[in-house]
Amino acid sequence: MNANMNTSLNDDGMEGRLWEYIDGSGSLEERSVIEKLLADNQQWKEKYRELLELHQLVQVSSLEEPSMRFTKNVMEEIAKYHIAPATRTYIDKKIIRGIGIFFITLIVGFLIYGFSQINWQSSADNSLPFDVSKVDLGKVDFTKFFNNTYINIFMGINVVLGLMLLDRYLASKRKQLHREA
Amino acid sequence: MSTGPSDSEIISLVLKGDHNAYATLVDRYKSYVFTLTLRFTKNREDAEEVSQDIFIKAYRSLADFKGTAKFSTWLYTIVNTTCITFLRKKRLEVKSLDDEKTFEVADSQDSGFRANVVEQKSRQNMVNQAIAMLNPDDAEIITLFYKNEQSLEEISHILGLEVNAAKVRLHRARGRLKEKMEKYFSEEVRNL
Repeated sequence: MNANMNTSLNDDGMEGRLWEYIDGSGSLEERSVIEKLLADNQQWKEKYRELLELHQLVQVSSLEEPSMRFTKNVMEEIAKYHIAPATRTYIDKKIIRGIGIFFITLIVGFLIYGFSQINWQSSADNSLPFDVSKVDLGKVDFTKFFNNTYINIFMGINVVLGLMLLDRYLASKRKQLHREA
Repeated sequence: MSTGPSDSEIISLVLKGDHNAYATLVDRYKSYVFTLTLRFTKNREDAEEVSQDIFIKAYRSLADFKGTAKFSTWLYTIVNTTCITFLRKKRLEVKSLDDEKTFEVADSQDSGFRANVVEQKSRQNMVNQAIAMLNPDDAEIITLFYKNEQSLEEISHILGLEVNAAKVRLHRARGRLKEKMEKYFSEEVRNL
């Protein structure tokens, strides 16, 4: 290995390509380009030799060994523990799906409501389909939105979903109590 | 990687209640886990304690091993998280790869090695010493790639990176390892 070799930006690119070549991770086309460079270019050849040398040195290096008692120590420790039940057994996928459906419904509801408020006809002149200058959140009367049909449907769906989740939760609690009894 | 029952067979035995079968897994992976842990802790005593903790965690979570990836990949994910937690607890800074100060600090920490490195003639010790001088991120990826024979896909899964990011990190780590070798072991390398 050449000790006085500095790593410049150019070298970085060359090294990257050569490491890929050494690891065998480059494409066939890239491999043939590198092979050609290695055959023709002394600088590439030299760098390749250095990197290959390092690669081989690291490959043959050994692993560190813990103490002789290591396995025994671990086995003595694990005797105090039990294997925890798999996460999937106590996380009910249906609840996760329920929460997912709830949020998707929430987002879809807002989108439907938002689009229903847009005056599409005014967009013919390539301007925004609503007058942004007239938007003043301070003056928005939120109470009138809850008279909207879409909002009522949306709220209804969420209430039903909420009740379903509550029912499922109470049912699981009931089962748990029965099991404990 | 080894003869005897496969990792999956041993795991199913352990899950069925044969806890002693776990010793085979510990024996099979203790060197890999210990080597990786040592890269983070830089201290054999701490590495032994953390490695033990890793095997206990793996045992307790064994039911969560789905068998979709190799056991070693799953185990090294625990190694990675446990070592990072250890470093945080020790308030050691895990510096970013591009932080130049990392190398200044590493170099100053390495000065203690200098007295001994001249005597380390064997290839294995020399490479291990050079890897130990790297920052934990670099040392980890080199250990995973070379010593644990993990593919870049598996490494990226363990480290929570994209494959390309893992590839770049590996290239940079090897570059830094080369610098260390040139700085501290140039004579030895020439004599090999």
